[in-house]
Amino acid sequence: MNMPVVKIAGLRIGLAGSAFDIVDEIDFQIGQAEIVGLVGESGSGKTTVGLALLGFCRRGGTIEAGHITIAGRSLLELGTAALNAARGQTVAYIPQDPSAALNPALRIGLQLEEMLAVHQPGLDDAERRKRVLEMLEEVKLPTQEPFLKRYKHQLSGGQQQRVALAMAFACRPTVIVLDEPTTGLDVTTQAHVLETVRTLCRHYGVAALYVSHDLAVVASLADRVLVMYAGRIVESGPAAVLFRNPAHPYTRRLIAAIPDLHRRRNLVGIPGHAPSPAQRPLGCTFAPRCDYATGECRAQFPSVEIIAAHHSVRCWHHARVQARGDALSGSVGGAASRASADPTSPLLAVRDLSAWYGRQPVLHKVSLTLEAGECMAVAGESGSGKTTLAQCVAGLHPTFSGEVMLAGKVLEPQARRRPRSVRRAIQYVFQSPYASLNPRRTVGQIVARPLYVFFDVGHRQARERVAAHLERVALSPALIDRYPDQLSGGERQRVALARALAADPQVLVCDEVTSALDVSVQAALVELLAELQRSMNLGLLFITHNLALIRTIADRVAVMSGGRIVESAEVESVFGSPKADYTRELLANSPSLDSHAPISQSV
Amino acid sequence: MSGIPGVQVAAPTAGPKALRAPWLQTLLASSRFARTWIGLGITAAVVAVALLGPVFAPYSPTEFVAPPYEPPSSEAWLGTDNLGRDVLSRFLWGGRSVLGLSILATVFGLGLGILVGLISAYTRNWIDDVLMRAMDVLLAFPQIVFVLLLISSVGPQLWLIVVTVGLSHAPRVARVTRGAALEVVERDFVRSAEALGETRWSILVGELLPNISSPLLVEFGLRLTYSIGLVAAVSFLGFGLQPPAADWGLMINENRIGLTIQPWPVALPVIAVGLLTVGTNLITDGIARAAIGIGRSSAA
Repeated sequence: MNMPVVKIAGLRIGLAGSAFDIVDEIDFQIGQAEIVGLVGESGSGKTTVGLALLGFCRRGGTIEAGHITIAGRSLLELGTAALNAARGQTVAYIPQDPSAALNPALRIGLQLEEMLAVHQPGLDDAERRKRVLEMLEEVKLPTQEPFLKRYKHQLSGGQQQRVALAMAFACRPTVIVLDEPTTGLDVTTQAHVLETVRTLCRHYGVAALYVSHDLAVVASLADRVLVMYAGRIVESGPAAVLFRNPAHPYTRRLIAAIPDLHRRRNLVGIPGHAPSPAQRPLGCTFAPRCDYATGECRAQFPSVEIIAAHHSVRCWHHARVQARGDALSGSVGGAASRASADPTSPLLAVRDLSAWYGRQPVLHKVSLTLEAGECMAVAGESGSGKTTLAQCVAGLHPTFSGEVMLAGKVLEPQARRRPRSVRRAIQYVFQSPYASLNPRRTVGQIVARPLYVFFDVGHRQARERVAAHLERVALSPALIDRYPDQLSGGERQRVALARALAADPQVLVCDEVTSALDVSVQAALVELLAELQRSMNLGLLFITHNLALIRTIADRVAVMSGGRIVESAEVESVFGSPKADYTRELLANSPSLDSHAPISQSV
Repeated sequence: MSGIPGVQVAAPTAGPKALRAPWLQTLLASSRFARTWIGLGITAAVVAVALLGPVFAPYSPTEFVAPPYEPPSSEAWLGTDNLGRDVLSRFLWGGRSVLGLSILATVFGLGLGILVGLISAYTRNWIDDVLMRAMDVLLAFPQIVFVLLLISSVGPQLWLIVVTVGLSHAPRVARVTRGAALEVVERDFVRSAEALGETRWSILVGELLPNISSPLLVEFGLRLTYSIGLVAAVSFLGFGLQPPAADWGLMINENRIGLTIQPWPVALPVIAVGLLTVGTNLITDGIARAAIGIGRSSAA
């Protein structure tokens, strides 16, 4: 590391009005032109640290101790006016949702000029105009007049994020904080945005703190990585070293939890969840979820130990962790675990399906088949029509032509018109468990709905069966009287899954079911899905944009683009030797841990 | 790890279980405002007079106790009315009808409006258009004109007051319901219920209604306030209870000629109806503030 431009020492942010801390003992530095990744599950405090670099705390938090020094100036000693000036000029921030930062009523060009007028008041109109064009060119956006005249809603998500980048880099800040800036972008767009960030940081010597839960993205971008857990930095080191040879059990578990683009392997989730500030245990905060935990872990939180150049860790057992190697991320044997396919009568068949939104066609003559006990993945970027395809199968998108067939019988387009046995046989799990569970019903009531609709069970019997279904998705039956907002995202998605399974389906349609979840939770859910699919001989239609996930769970994959299937084959053959250009591009743009450190197959 | 991996027998912080329904939470939150308590006090006092009054009335409401328009005396504490009946007794007897009719009319109007609003929000097709345009037609009439139009053409019937006042509320309630439900209809749990093949009725009542209970609670309070005023006005105009029954609206009508010599038979019901509407309005205001989150504690 060269001369550090950002120094954070002993930072502690407390929960206002209590003795608890949100984050504590945060020490790190960022050198000029260095990109530091900050990773952790939700609730680990990573965004809190990112915002602290702006001298800002979210509601409920106060900076209680520590120093934040940026370019030699102590940020916390600045007055309000000086702090405001520093934001934007010395420290820039890119939020997760760039569209929130753009005014919907002003043209893009005007917004960029306004920003310059505030931060670089010396420029005259012509100079400002010129600067705006330079800014757009830096982030590889069009510099023609029509583009400047556009409004926010006329830009794509990637373009909006580029405009945000242009604004952030315009004043040549010392440091830039990026808070999950590519979440919600397609892999191709994400790859381009990341490339832009990298180039700009290098070119202008801007230090960057990249906050993300996506280890693969961080691996492909960051020079150094900080791993946060329950408000503490538990491990930090150069990306190449940290991902290849993690010394903290938590880092190891995170890596084991993310799917691998290059080989099929079992995902291992992290049981339990990160404790909230008030519930953190004495001693090491990770001890309750840790395989290595011993008595001393529960007694005392380990101090920072430097184990190699620039590589430090807070764990009593780091030597044991590193020695154990990669037992957790072993690859699975042969991919195809399904029964031999019978091509003459597939369980589910889609033939020449074309669908419309109003008059806008979204699917063009799509055909695919699904066998019992098979996982068919549908991959594609947003707007490729994959969700529409899933909804046509489930009878939720009735405006289509072509045929959806279950066990050889053509189905009505609308779920309501389909016979009970068909509605029971095809179950749908929605993308966001925050929207798919009625907040006014208890878990028990939610899971019991299919039982009442399909099996005519009594109240008491329903309750017993609900408890059994909850156990099947690894939820405690004690949650039966909880409401969805008392559950975590992963638990909610399990409830949604339990509801689908309660119908005893033959086909399970999963629409991006893990995209709203943390990697550790995603891993556990995918594991569970794979396990259930085998034990129940389910036909699984798995819709996702995450190619690495497909490698983990699917037998076959259909790659969609622009409402058409561009390639469809066994997973191994599509990933090993993609035929379509589009598939190749997708694969190339998908971030992977391997960009820094291939995980060895075994010890 | 053995068995099913990632077993999460998690125990997240258990929330309060008893007060889960949002309308209950809204009610509870409204208790933080002084106006809610003042309104509650006023309303309770007037309701107590209307309900318990007959028990304490010194005379029968139809008994002639003295010459007409006698001033207050030890015989009749608040004097007598245009026919020589005891004002206090008639006042104590006369509140039940206003209260009862208003509540019934509000419940009817709210029920009808909610039903129309939910169906409109859920169907979003020509049914929605037909229903909402029908509501617009009703909305074009001022409420009192609409009520009088129907009553004067059919005749003064108590059930008709309930129906017409309720009907005049329905379009307003339907609009509020539809507006609130439109956002809920878009959520995936409604799709999920459709995929299961739940009946339309159970989607309306089981999925949509529980999620819009807070705005409807406010709507109930507001419509009740209007109902009280309307019902009192209808009986004042002579379309409500018929003489010799005791009724606040009717009392005002019967005794307005003698207002200058014997103000009590007019003043008492006017004050009572006025206080009742102010009271219910204050409560509703408190609930509405709670529903939109004014005064919510800022602790994270």
